[in-house]
Amino acid sequence: MANLERYKYDVVVIGAGGAGLRAAVEAREAGLKVAIICKSLFGKAHTVMAEGGAAASMGNVNSGDNWMVHFRDTMRGGKFLNHYRMAELHAKESPDRIWELETWGALFDRTKEGKISQRNFGGHEFPRLAHVGDRTGLELIRTMQQKIVALQQKDGRDYGDMESHIKVFAELTITEIIKENGKVAGVYGYWRENGEEVLFEAPAVIIATGGVGKTFKITSNSWEGTGDGHALALKAGANLVDMEFLQFHPTGMVWPPSVRGILVTESVRGEGGILTNNLGERFMFKYIPDVFKDKYADNEAEADRWYIDQDNNRRPPELLPRDEVARAINSEVKAGRGSEHGGVFLDVSKRISAEIIKKRLPSMWHQFYELAGVDITKEAMEVGPTCHYVMGGVEVEPDTAAAVGVPGLFAAGEVAGGMHGSNRLGGNSLSDLLVFGRRAGMGASEYVKKSGANPVSESSIKAAAERIEAPFSRSGGENSYSLHAELQEVTHNLVGIIRTGEELKNAIEKIAGIRKRSANVSVSGGRKFNPGFHLAFDLDNMLLVAESTAKSAIKREESRGGHTRDDFPGMNSKWRQVNHISSFDGNKVNVREQALPAIPKELFDLFDVHELEKYMTTEEIAKGGSK
Amino acid sequence: MARKLKLRIWRGDADNGGLQDVVVDANEGEVVLDVIHRVQATQMGDLAVRWNCKAGKCGSCSMEINGKPRLACMTQVAAYGDDETITVTPLRAFPVIKDLVTDVSFNYKKAMEIPAYEHPTELKPGEARMAQIDVERSQEFRKCIECFLCQDTCHVIRDHEENKKSFAGPRFFIRIAELDMHPLDRLRNRKRTAQEEHGLGMCNITKCCTEVCPEHIRITDNAIIPMKERVVDNKYDPIRWLGSKIRKREGME
Repeated sequence: MANLERYKYDVVVIGAGGAGLRAAVEAREAGLKVAIICKSLFGKAHTVMAEGGAAASMGNVNSGDNWMVHFRDTMRGGKFLNHYRMAELHAKESPDRIWELETWGALFDRTKEGKISQRNFGGHEFPRLAHVGDRTGLELIRTMQQKIVALQQKDGRDYGDMESHIKVFAELTITEIIKENGKVAGVYGYWRENGEEVLFEAPAVIIATGGVGKTFKITSNSWEGTGDGHALALKAGANLVDMEFLQFHPTGMVWPPSVRGILVTESVRGEGGILTNNLGERFMFKYIPDVFKDKYADNEAEADRWYIDQDNNRRPPELLPRDEVARAINSEVKAGRGSEHGGVFLDVSKRISAEIIKKRLPSMWHQFYELAGVDITKEAMEVGPTCHYVMGGVEVEPDTAAAVGVPGLFAAGEVAGGMHGSNRLGGNSLSDLLVFGRRAGMGASEYVKKSGANPVSESSIKAAAERIEAPFSRSGGENSYSLHAELQEVTHNLVGIIRTGEELKNAIEKIAGIRKRSANVSVSGGRKFNPGFHLAFDLDNMLLVAESTAKSAIKREESRGGHTRDDFPGMNSKWRQVNHISSFDGNKVNVREQALPAIPKELFDLFDVHELEKYMTTEEIAKGGSK
Repeated sequence: MARKLKLRIWRGDADNGGLQDVVVDANEGEVVLDVIHRVQATQMGDLAVRWNCKAGKCGSCSMEINGKPRLACMTQVAAYGDDETITVTPLRAFPVIKDLVTDVSFNYKKAMEIPAYEHPTELKPGEARMAQIDVERSQEFRKCIECFLCQDTCHVIRDHEENKKSFAGPRFFIRIAELDMHPLDRLRNRKRTAQEEHGLGMCNITKCCTEVCPEHIRITDNAIIPMKERVVDNKYDPIRWLGSKIRKREGME
């Protein structure tokens, strides 16, 4: 293609959320030429929706905190299915990543001594989340966006062109990762604005595309969460790990219908919000699982005292990990004790004053007042579970974020798997993307410095171009909007918060059916900013992700974290030793079992053996950590 | 309870275009973005509209609704009368790409012209100490979601393309103010460069930007006016002028 728009970079980053931007900063500071590609405008990525905070054991509010406590909380939250090394790196490095943001101009809320303030969150033993009111994600995105500009200004001074070494390509969709000689050679895509195609040649590609929420009907995710990176990685020969684990955030808005699923931050509970059913009963006391009984109060008096004296009381059960709270709300609604619109009540008005609510939870106040006509300083919110986060993702080497099996491919942030095990703790996402965004940038930089040129062949370009043209040349008559809606029905009804083997079997068949029909999607209109055309590609990605999720879920015959089987309600230690690895053979997703890496002795010994007994088999306990 | 809503949508591109009338179902509690999406899914598959979070947090779905710059995701259909036609048009201050989508690259160019934050080199990571009350002034401006409604409504550029070169606009005046009020930022003379290089002087404080801000940032009162006052104070105060000449102190603004 003679007039094809072409670029050459050292590193291409797909995704301009927190992980992508942090990776780009690292790669540029290592001296490389970096392209940042995003589907939206710069600065609109889903990270802006993160509200509560970034978890880092700085110990500013309670000096008892340190990386070992954070590591333990993370492993417990993930029900010990986490990749231990990722959880370890994350706990050790997140304080440095937060402090670093401050040197780039971030302004976090402060303690009385002027340090970064930290707030309580579900599953975290100490107040640990650095925050800015309830708009922490926005602060992270803006800080890194402005850091990119700072780097560009420096390049402007050094090279006379601000975009000479780092350039943002906004509103561009990547449809393919191109490999030559078994290694990454570049990416191919099109400008959303005019549909024109672009080739980026680069030896290293970092996927930082976020999540898959749009596969589901009720979700807190924006339109961008269509699993692009998951699908691109699969097609490039990488693996996805544990895709059965989806986090349903316990508190999404439930009414009015048009806002169903929009996130209500966990900070509402962190600041003292309580959950009640339609009988006025504070129901969470009934749902404390055995593994958490020694850490959570079983009566209101103690739970209330905790807000004043955290050293001598157990925490309120509203602050259990998200999977527990989501399942509890689901059970209450199913038992007929829900609110008018099928949720439960979350009330913060009785515990803190209107003034403090507006100060600490300003966007929640705004969101409910403007969209639901509810004043949360006076009345309760109606809330229910919403698809929020995918724990599963690209299988990576923890230290370098390199995708297993594909030289030159890296993945960080929500799109990467392993870090959070079967359930992510609130606040661990923003810190995850900083820690592993940086590591992906480092990993890619080291890789590039060692690898030679790997040009993209004409035949690869031709194949990628044909794929983009396909929906225009078809006349099959299927509509991508209606197929997307059908897929969302299937996932919502059959692969949702509570699953059964029979339903999953049904789902796998139905997803395959939709996939078949998606080959007949045709697009009306031209290539210029045509959402129907854009959705055709997103749909393809979502179908692969849904297939991987359903096929992993049917194999896991137990309930753990973000995977609940009605037909296998208990947690089973045998299944804790198993990761599910999805791969793609060109036609379908295949899922196989892989043994979890053994926890080394020094990390194993951080836990009380009686706690480990709740998760591990007696043989594992007897063996202890690996040497 | 669905009702039939009359919607008038601007469709077209840089070369030509016009308003098209459609009738679409609207349900209780829906916002304008919901009905636009319904039109897209059922009647106009290629209708271009930008959006992301649908919760007023990302600032993507900026457009003009009955002539007012607004976020479509935060505008309730119920706010308009049952028989009223709702007219949606692209932002007027920026060139149209297609339908409701405009080319807002002007804003990203301006963002690159504002000198970045400068951290005190002697402060190592983790050593910064700031009082809450001191960070709050800048935090107000950091609430900005970059919807660019303030830029769209600002009459300095809304109908004066020629002013765009020398005028950064309200979004970037609050960016400068935020850095100027940042307790740790080292770079001096931000107010003066706001005046001399970014067109602060062209603003005649009609407060239109403040009125359209979905984050309720008091752009004019808390950012623009304080900077204008300080610029004027420093420029016309003879003692300060003399001081800046004698001591050659960069920090004297």
